[in-house]
Amino acid sequence: MNPMDHLIIAPILLPAFVAAFIVLALRENLRAQRIVSFVATAGLLAVGVYLYALAADGQTRPYLLGNWPAPFGIILVIDRLSALMVLLTGFLALVVVTYASGGWDEKGKHFHALFQFQLMGIMGAFLTGDAFNLFVFFEVMLIASYGLMLHGGGPARLKAGFHYVAINLIGSTLFLFAVGLIYATTGTLNMADIARRASEVAAGDVALLRVGALLLFLVFALKSSLAPLHWWLPTTYGAASTPAVAIFAIMTKVGAYSIIRMNAMVFGGEAGPVAFVAEPWIIPAALATLVIGALGVLATRRLVDLVAFSVVWSMGSLLIALGLFDVEGLTAALYYAVHSTVAAAVLFLIADMVTRRRGVSGDALRTAPPIANDALVSGLFFVAAIAMAGLPPFSGFIGKLLILDAARASAWGPWIWTLVLVTSLVVVIGFARAGSTVFWKAQAVGGGLVAAAPPPEREYDTPRAETPMMRVCVYALLAAVALLVVFAGPVTEVLEATARQILDPAGYVDAVFDPAVVPEWSR
Amino acid sequence: MSIALIVFLPLLGALLAPLAIRYGRNACAATAGAASLAAFALLMSHLPGVYAGEVVRQEAAWIPQLGLSFAFFVDGLGFFFATLILGIGLLIIVYARYYLARQDPMGRFYAYLLLFQSAMLGIALSDNALIFLVFWEMTSLSSFLLIGYWRHLPEGRQGARMALAVTGGGGLALIAGMLLLGEAAGTYAISEIIQRGEIIQASPLYVPALLLILVGAFTKSAQFPFHFWLPHAMAAPTPVSAYLHSATMVKAGVFLLARFWPALAGTDIWFLIVTPVGLVTMVIGAFIAIFKHDLKALLAYSTVSNLGMMTMLLGFGTPLGVVIAMFQVLNHATFKAALFMSAGIVDHEAGTRDIRKLGGLIRLMPIASVLALIAAASMAGLPLLNGFLSKEMMLEAAVHTEIAGIPYLVPTLATLGALFSVAYSLRLAWFGYLGPTRESYPHHPHDPPAGMWGPVALLVGLVVAIGLVPPIAGPVLARTSMAVLQTDTLPYYSLAIWHGVTPALFMSITAIVVGATMVALYRSLSTAHAALPHPEAKAMFDRTIAAIVALARGVTGRTQTGSLQLYAGIIVAAIVAVGLVAFLQGGHAPGAREMLPVNTPAIVAWAVLIAVSGVVVFAHVSRLITLVLTSVVGLIVSVAFLQFSAPDLALTQISVEVVTTILLLLALNLLPRRSEPERSAAARWGSGAIAVVAGLGVAYLAYAVMTRDVSSISEYHVALSKPGGGGTNIVNVILVDFRGFDTFGEIIVLGIAALAIFAMLDSALRGASARRLAEMLPSRRSGDAHPMPLVVATRVILPLAITVGVFIFLRGHNQPGGGFIAGLVVAIALIMQYIASGYDWAAARARYNPHAMIGAGVLIAGATGLGSFFFGAPFLTSSYDYFHIPLVGEVELATAIAFDLGVFLTVVGVVLLALFQISRVEHKADRTPVPAGPYEPPYDRQAAPRVVEPARDKEA
Repeated sequence: MNPMDHLIIAPILLPAFVAAFIVLALRENLRAQRIVSFVATAGLLAVGVYLYALAADGQTRPYLLGNWPAPFGIILVIDRLSALMVLLTGFLALVVVTYASGGWDEKGKHFHALFQFQLMGIMGAFLTGDAFNLFVFFEVMLIASYGLMLHGGGPARLKAGFHYVAINLIGSTLFLFAVGLIYATTGTLNMADIARRASEVAAGDVALLRVGALLLFLVFALKSSLAPLHWWLPTTYGAASTPAVAIFAIMTKVGAYSIIRMNAMVFGGEAGPVAFVAEPWIIPAALATLVIGALGVLATRRLVDLVAFSVVWSMGSLLIALGLFDVEGLTAALYYAVHSTVAAAVLFLIADMVTRRRGVSGDALRTAPPIANDALVSGLFFVAAIAMAGLPPFSGFIGKLLILDAARASAWGPWIWTLVLVTSLVVVIGFARAGSTVFWKAQAVGGGLVAAAPPPEREYDTPRAETPMMRVCVYALLAAVALLVVFAGPVTEVLEATARQILDPAGYVDAVFDPAVVPEWSR
Repeated sequence: MSIALIVFLPLLGALLAPLAIRYGRNACAATAGAASLAAFALLMSHLPGVYAGEVVRQEAAWIPQLGLSFAFFVDGLGFFFATLILGIGLLIIVYARYYLARQDPMGRFYAYLLLFQSAMLGIALSDNALIFLVFWEMTSLSSFLLIGYWRHLPEGRQGARMALAVTGGGGLALIAGMLLLGEAAGTYAISEIIQRGEIIQASPLYVPALLLILVGAFTKSAQFPFHFWLPHAMAAPTPVSAYLHSATMVKAGVFLLARFWPALAGTDIWFLIVTPVGLVTMVIGAFIAIFKHDLKALLAYSTVSNLGMMTMLLGFGTPLGVVIAMFQVLNHATFKAALFMSAGIVDHEAGTRDIRKLGGLIRLMPIASVLALIAAASMAGLPLLNGFLSKEMMLEAAVHTEIAGIPYLVPTLATLGALFSVAYSLRLAWFGYLGPTRESYPHHPHDPPAGMWGPVALLVGLVVAIGLVPPIAGPVLARTSMAVLQTDTLPYYSLAIWHGVTPALFMSITAIVVGATMVALYRSLSTAHAALPHPEAKAMFDRTIAAIVALARGVTGRTQTGSLQLYAGIIVAAIVAVGLVAFLQGGHAPGAREMLPVNTPAIVAWAVLIAVSGVVVFAHVSRLITLVLTSVVGLIVSVAFLQFSAPDLALTQISVEVVTTILLLLALNLLPRRSEPERSAAARWGSGAIAVVAGLGVAYLAYAVMTRDVSSISEYHVALSKPGGGGTNIVNVILVDFRGFDTFGEIIVLGIAALAIFAMLDSALRGASARRLAEMLPSRRSGDAHPMPLVVATRVILPLAITVGVFIFLRGHNQPGGGFIAGLVVAIALIMQYIASGYDWAAARARYNPHAMIGAGVLIAGATGLGSFFFGAPFLTSSYDYFHIPLVGEVELATAIAFDLGVFLTVVGVVLLALFQISRVEHKADRTPVPAGPYEPPYDRQAAPRVVEPARDKEA
């Protein structure tokens, strides 16, 4: 095989090796860890660019692990969708690892090892073409996220972390049940093979397969914080350390990605009795998510919680578009996925900039003395908040237009339009109130006042600014938001091609079982 | 020249102005002015074309899939508005240079102002309904920033938020409206839409689109009942009020109505909504304005009233109404911007804007006062000024308008509105500028620098010029109106001061006379007014927002309770519900597989399993009992594996069971013995019910699965285990070869788990939790911490156990065993050393850091997989061969064995790391020294590491 083809597995192996190497040789040398972690993540991004360019020709390429022919071994698959997600993860990871190296990684042990393992899990989930292997990568991703979530310690984190672990264990168990049911009815684990066999399942097995497909959907819905399975997200995101929560911005998208992969493609239009089983559930639940997220944005008393709820809200928007299960809907969902990942991450970073400058006042949404360099920070917050809330001219607005445009034909159309727009207003009000309290009201207070009762748990005792490199991270993410706007046309075009590829399971099956890629039996 | 450049030049200025401030305030203002001036010059280059009736259109693609493009066009209407925006903008830039105080950040001011200017130009010139939306919302955002410019003032912050909520919210409605309009029209090109009025009005989408668009227009143009945000926007610096909140932004709503007039107007629904809304706004705004004491508030309500008048005129749906509305746009922009700037001058010079503290300014600041008085007279609609002309035309048009079959309603109310505006204008003039001079003002008033009154003078010049020689406005008005109406023929109208004796003349006279009388009787009127109810819109708005916030907090607080039981209950219930529905919607047939015969051991195991699970339900308050009972479950599962011929799984299950039980026992030592139930009995019964249903569901699914046969990929694994994978133990071949990648992932999961535990407990050993740990007294202690027989036994067992581990490891590929089980066996043997001889003793003797073992294990397993790259095969491709080793004989070696070594190392490392870390925590809590028993070899306690990293030093 072509040596370059091995790069398909590089996004998984590179972080795995780097993490293991850090644990083996660099565990006492934070400086070296930072360098290695940064260089490796930059390499990951480079691989992501390569793979993206590779998949841009519209071909689906399997990678047969252990050289076993599909469906008997495990395969990885690179197509437009997985390449897009790998690229996005690579970019976000590079920004986050840089931000974390500004000091967050000192707050506990093994940050970089856990971070790289986390990347491995996420990349694996995007690349695998095997339902059980997807479970394994979910485990890798989750267990690393438990570690990252608890990074830095403290009672609040421990409590939220416990909830996070417990709820995700329910999800993991459910995943096993679901895969078990699918295997029991189709006799296979390879996604392409499942897609192929789903329509031929015996009539008496249809109920079990439907349950399997829908339970699997629920697992992914849990990850993407679809109501009423969203509970873990606000508490977890509200308590986790900043770099952890910034990289978690992509984790909800792993859930969304998996819904697309399994419930739009594998159990998609050609899956006979299980075609689009998730369809009746997803939009009503997503609408509820939208409302819950927006109300949360208005209700919270902490900046980080506010951003966390805005993530719930954005996942609602994303899943609405996804739930349309057509080209326009998926295009909108993919655009929104990219946008909301970047927007959420940058908001979390900016919230950290605010928190660290406010010292004892933390991120509480109440009056505190003005922060240093407040013009810059408030400007960044303003831009990021506009992007998140979906006002022009940033990417959230384009995402919203795409969603509304795609929802025209849906029976849920009027509901979608009404709730998307009304909750947008609620989110705008929520962000305006928060920004006005944190940045504007502080000016009225002046420098003399100290917060009456500082919250017992706080990240910073004395105000301190971020390092210049950390600021560069914020700029990089905002630049991505701007590029998403400027190149919205070409981006949408590419995403539309991606959506078409997703909705063509036959093409995927043919590519995986292409006789040309089946290894010659030589052993 | 490029139209887009007209829009984007101010944006460039917005970026440059804050940079220019380092060269001084003049440089900053000059930069802003230059950007506007350049845009203005570009705009003027289109003048000949526009007035020759040409329409220039330019388009650049942006998101073709959506129909969103950078499309701009200049026609009469766009040109007219753009001229107002840039012309008044230039005056404002000059004025603001002198208005802003030294401590005000000027760079930021001009940046926001130019940002707004750019957005507003975008509205005026865009030829795409979606790009129009972009600019529309951007004006709301820049207005938000400008109102909140003085961020330390609460009015500024609240006014900004209110304006954003109302106009931003209207903008969201407009988004929906435009999308529907585009669908109805079949295009988003505005120049196309306005020619498809008939198609649009015939579409079922017309009514919803119209309603949504009207919400957008009414919120932006402060129409009743959305008018309340505008007065509160007056917290902005006065140049902003003059620019955004009187001359330009608030007219965006009017522009919207005018721009889409051919597409939307002319229907009954249009007339029946737009006209009354405008009429009511005109009257109410004017009425409230009379009694406002703050100059800016008075002007703000007067603006509301004037916007109402324009809206009403457009609502008539007649071409004449459009012409008058456009004339009023022009006139209002001139006199109102002049008046706002005058109010700013008063504020600046006298130190107050409160009418009750002013008066007699004409003697103190004559230039500014004369200018203001002329503008106010125009606002009142006095003859020889431009305000008179449009007001007369409006009254004339009102006479011919009948609504709801009531003939005199519109003219009467219009006259009332005119009358009120005479009253507030005269009140402003008399109590503000004329009247007796006061003894003291907060500051001593005098005329401001020419930079401040100059712009006012220019506008007042226009007021007078148009007022005296109306036809000079003729071409502008005609061209603009033709663009709005999309026609070349205009209705008859005459721009003249004297139209003869008409109904409008009498209405005007009535208005002036009664209005003047009202001002004369102001004192008694004001007392009467004070007795009226004053619905305070801001209070209502605040209450509404507070109610929504309270609702949000209620819902969020009641659902996001932080109770894991609640969350888990809802999640599991949702899973059960969805699963049930899914099951019922598909065909289901019972499995066809033949049942195995029931035998006694199976029944016993089954009964024990159920009994044990049942006991846990009731005995779970005791953690130790729970642990013991759950391990029984594990043991029975491993027996079941054995029964179903899966010795590998049985072995794995048993070893995992042992390791987890030991680790959990260690952890339990740090927990209270009992876990008391924290919830009410009802809640527990609820959880129990959900659990039972979920359990039954899973049981049934498991039963259904086990009773059926499906041909699966495992047939291939069975067939090819030996020929393809080189092993007869299919389970092991699956683990390390067919699905070796899963195993690679799973050992990493284990490794991460250990690292995460290490990191978590490490932070627990610092700070507050460490202090709590240190205070914990060892609660339970066995009489003999390290019993001698155990010490001896474990030390003897260790080499044996390691031998067994190696054996299990090596035979793994063909017989039950493998790296995973071997790792667990060795790990158990090592744990035994810690249990028997104590942590310190064992830690001092550990040669390898468990971290290193995990890292090395993962690397070895991974490197094995990489090896196949050199043979051009994918990751983890295995190979095997037979070797002859002297004495041992024929041995089969598969590359998978190296992979298995990685698995082995990782497993050992993981177990040891978890153990070390839990022991460290215990150590912190239990500071009693290690007993030096008789069988303890000589051991220097000082030299041994007491806590911290167990074997860090030795590694080097």
